[in-house]
Amino acid sequence: MDIIVCLKQNVDMTQVRIKKETGEPVLDGLPLLFGDMDRNALEEAVLMKEKVGGKVIAISAGSAKLRETIKDALAGGADEAVILIDPLFNDLNSQVTATILAKAIQKIGKYNLVILGEGSTDNYSGQVGPRLAEILGLPAITYVKELEYTNNKIQATRNMEESLELVESSLPLMVIVTSGINEPRLPSLIQILKASKKPLQEWDASAISITAADFGGDDYQIISNLAPVEERKGVILEGELDENVDKLINALLKDGVLGV
Amino acid sequence: MLNILVFSEIEEIAFELLSWCGKVKENTNAKVNAVILGKNAKEKAELYFSYGADKVYCSEDTLLTDFYADVYAEALYQVINIYSPELLLIGSTRRGKELAPRVAQKWSAACITDAIALDLKDEELVVSRYTLGGATISTGVLKARHKVVSVMPKTFELGTKEPILGEVVVVSLKLQDSKLNIVERKTKQSETVNLEEAQTLVCVGRGLNKKEDLASVEALAKALNAEIGCTRPLSHDWQWLSEQREVGLSGKKCKPRLCVSLGISGQIQHTVGIRDAKIIVVINKDKSAPIFEIADYGLVGDLYEAIPLLLEKIHGVKS
Repeated sequence: MDIIVCLKQNVDMTQVRIKKETGEPVLDGLPLLFGDMDRNALEEAVLMKEKVGGKVIAISAGSAKLRETIKDALAGGADEAVILIDPLFNDLNSQVTATILAKAIQKIGKYNLVILGEGSTDNYSGQVGPRLAEILGLPAITYVKELEYTNNKIQATRNMEESLELVESSLPLMVIVTSGINEPRLPSLIQILKASKKPLQEWDASAISITAADFGGDDYQIISNLAPVEERKGVILEGELDENVDKLINALLKDGVLGV
Repeated sequence: MLNILVFSEIEEIAFELLSWCGKVKENTNAKVNAVILGKNAKEKAELYFSYGADKVYCSEDTLLTDFYADVYAEALYQVINIYSPELLLIGSTRRGKELAPRVAQKWSAACITDAIALDLKDEELVVSRYTLGGATISTGVLKARHKVVSVMPKTFELGTKEPILGEVVVVSLKLQDSKLNIVERKTKQSETVNLEEAQTLVCVGRGLNKKEDLASVEALAKALNAEIGCTRPLSHDWQWLSEQREVGLSGKKCKPRLCVSLGISGQIQHTVGIRDAKIIVVINKDKSAPIFEIADYGLVGDLYEAIPLLLEKIHGVKS
């Protein structure tokens, strides 16, 4: 089974801070890593490979920092990786990302499964997978929480709001996984050291026949990107718990929010 | 003139979207049409008119009986080609959120998913959604000629129904069977929880050591007449509580008068779901936990010690 996993690098969300005065996020200089659900996608690919054999190729498009970030995917179990780096790719929308990944996947050529996470950790817009499925004409099973391969078929359980849906498909196929499908492994030191020896290819726009024309216009012009205003009392009660619980209950009674 | 097309596989959400369109129509000469796909589509049309649809496109093609996103996307795309709208609004359920980018790709459209606000200003469509994991709200103008927006359920209030009639257009579509096959569908054990409407909410996170300890959380919720909500690990990874109780970006957005947060570190993906609470009480033994930043009252202490004390004092207040 040849499996392609698509990943997106984004800033470490746990380190995003908001400027108090303006509500603007501070993103400069934050470390980049792959998204949480992207790591679930990679883990699922590696688990599948360990069961049925084959190889896992990680692909990702983005800024030059990918050269560093991609090592996480190789340490996490990918056998090879293709990174798509070009000055054109520094700030990508979903539509263009899907186009780039599609060209790269077509260039790789040989694959049975394409796995992605349900959404990126930063935007969680969930567009790249469905768009990519349309471009490649691939069947796609979304919101997958369980994946099995038997009798040359994939069976997957989709986690929908109201039901669990068992869906079947032949290969080739795209699978979009949700968090909770697995617990991504923490690579050992040896895996981390081996990662830099694994095959890594770098393709720019011309390598996959992407031109500026593929980018279209700027069709979503951001006016503002701000944290919503939070006005909280910020009363912190430290020390003697018993006393503080009294203070808390009195305050809540005074605020009239204790629905007892 | 703005032409809008509305679709949701959940009727109620389609009506919410139509209700917003109704307001747009008051100030513009927009045309608002809707699509109903699948069994008994025609019979459902009447209600769509009462929420303001001018025309309803219906297809009862048997390939649309079950929801397959690939087939539904093709069906919507064919309706788009008949009617040529500029804007397609879709309800951002999980199915809708897959559908929107699929249709957008076919239609060479720009797409925004999970919109939380929509506004038409000087003939420009202004869309907002959470970004950076919920830390910020980005607002922008959707400029593209073709636009698809999937809108979060309950973003718009239902308008009042008017006894209006409109035109049902039965469309004949050329569809192919899905490449997937649904083998079976198990309905989830449904709990009647309505966290979004709860006046008091007790939210619990990873500070809880084991499932059995939920009993004390339940006792506190009962004393406060509260619903219980939780962070994603508890509902998804450990499955201690049903998914309907997940509060946050991928769960419920709540607006209680009082939210008591127990053992929650305060990742933005969760706190976005309690942002609209009137008063937030935080109980956490880790003083440096980011959750304290959004506290009205922050109690630095072990939830296991705090809950019995809270119960005692609440009973004191009651009697």
